[in-house]
Amino acid sequence: MPADFISNLFVFILAGFVGFELIKRVSPLLHTPLMSLTNALDAIVVVAAIIIAGLHETTLTTILGTIAVAASFSNMVGGFLITDRMLRMFKSGKAKKS
Amino acid sequence: MTQVAIGQLIDFAYIVAAVLFILSLKWLSSPATARHGVIAGEIGAALAVTATLFNPALVQYKWIAVALIVGAAIGIPLGLVRMTAVPQRTALSHAFGALSATMIGIAEYYVHAPHVTKFSMVEIALEVIIGSLTFTGSVIAAGKLQEILPQRPITYRGQNIVSLSVLGSAIVLAIVLTIHPEYMHLFPVMVGIALLFGVLLVTPIGGADMPTVISLLNSYAGLSAALLGFVLNSKVLVVAGALDGSSGFILSVIMCKAMNRSFTNVMFGAFGQVQAGAKAVAEERTVRSANAEEAAAILSATSKVAIVPGYGMAVAQAQHKVRELYEILTKKGIDVRFGIHPVAGRMPGHMNVLLAEADIPYDRLFDMDDMNSDLPQVDVALIIGANDVTNPAARSDQSSPIYGMPIIDVDKAQTVMVIKRGMSPGFAGIDNPLYYEDKTLMLFGDAKAFVGEIVRELADSHRG
Repeated sequence: MPADFISNLFVFILAGFVGFELIKRVSPLLHTPLMSLTNALDAIVVVAAIIIAGLHETTLTTILGTIAVAASFSNMVGGFLITDRMLRMFKSGKAKKS
Repeated sequence: MTQVAIGQLIDFAYIVAAVLFILSLKWLSSPATARHGVIAGEIGAALAVTATLFNPALVQYKWIAVALIVGAAIGIPLGLVRMTAVPQRTALSHAFGALSATMIGIAEYYVHAPHVTKFSMVEIALEVIIGSLTFTGSVIAAGKLQEILPQRPITYRGQNIVSLSVLGSAIVLAIVLTIHPEYMHLFPVMVGIALLFGVLLVTPIGGADMPTVISLLNSYAGLSAALLGFVLNSKVLVVAGALDGSSGFILSVIMCKAMNRSFTNVMFGAFGQVQAGAKAVAEERTVRSANAEEAAAILSATSKVAIVPGYGMAVAQAQHKVRELYEILTKKGIDVRFGIHPVAGRMPGHMNVLLAEADIPYDRLFDMDDMNSDLPQVDVALIIGANDVTNPAARSDQSSPIYGMPIIDVDKAQTVMVIKRGMSPGFAGIDNPLYYEDKTLMLFGDAKAFVGEIVRELADSHRG
């Protein structure tokens, strides 16, 4: 088994555990913004897509990379935008009166 | 600067980004700090993307620039959709995320093929299969939520066998490719079969199960990104994928519990089928109904009101009228609370967003457990566009298809009012014995119009 796999698995398990502990604490009130935010974070695959689109290995990989950059970057932009829009709507009763 | 030093700086930027992503989720835990979470995530993402653009391996920027512009042009309108359209937007973004991960996995195969090690081939095949099925599955889910595709479960005899054999053949191809990575013509076939499986997986699932399906697809999208991190040996992808995957997984578990169903039951047992027997038992029973004037008179004599909204409220676009009702009752000194069932709406937390959009303060929104401990002291429980999540048969009738599902115990309140178009059964097609109880008043009509009338009556009596 390659050494990289072991270190990746290590990171995966620890990050999964951190995710589990953090997300358990998110109020059910915010489950929709949670999903759109994790979606935007997940769009970090754009960094891998950029490499593929910019390597110029073959025409096929450039096309695949370009589609991947567009798809993930749209998630990144749209995900953060809609999460912020939703969170701005959540106002507490006290904040509203003041 | 040497290439090695640049490479290390880029890696350092990725570490900072991963830390910011974790902080982002940490701050999301409460509405007071949640917006800091978005900013942390944005900084992390911007840092990682900028650092990547300095990667010395990049030789052409033209297509990257085009793709970033196209991505922004798609992403911005998708970030500005109406709140009722958020579930389909979310399904679509799972599709985009999975599409991206799949495209990169495919490209990675063709960059190295046929010289792919057996171990990398397993990783790539797994990543591409999960990515592909998540892509088409999410597209179908988005189509159902947008009502382009029929929301009812589409089933046929032996579909589980068909679906599973399709998945099985994709796995067989993956095994063949692992042994013989040089059979390059098999790779696109495997991708095609995995895409087909995604369609077969989600098509049979009905609209009422969408909160679970969308969470599960969320989890798969995260998993495919994490697997891509394994393929590319990129830790920041592993971290982001693991966070997204665990989030989707937790939400799926919550949704399944809220419907008292197992994963396998959601995925392989279409909900719509069980009802035929249940409906036949329903006999002719009488209901009590009231008009807006009577409802307003009862409401103004109360001190504590619980409003239980369901997806029907969103369909009728009644949330702003509900806000007016909330305001006028609060002005009369009445304590108004909203009880939100976990599966109310079309995705986890959807109802909270719709009510927040209508300017109802979030500290008035209560989850199922808190609401249930309050309900015995509530004078009037007002149900707007919800049905199955208030059905007491879930507690008492073992023959009911929803038996065992946790519900909001509205029948514990002194009086129950139900705004409903007619006596037709709810989304799952199950009769609701609540409507025939003596304490229940049926308010027949369109949710938006009826709530509007109640508000007008209350305003008149207030002035007079």
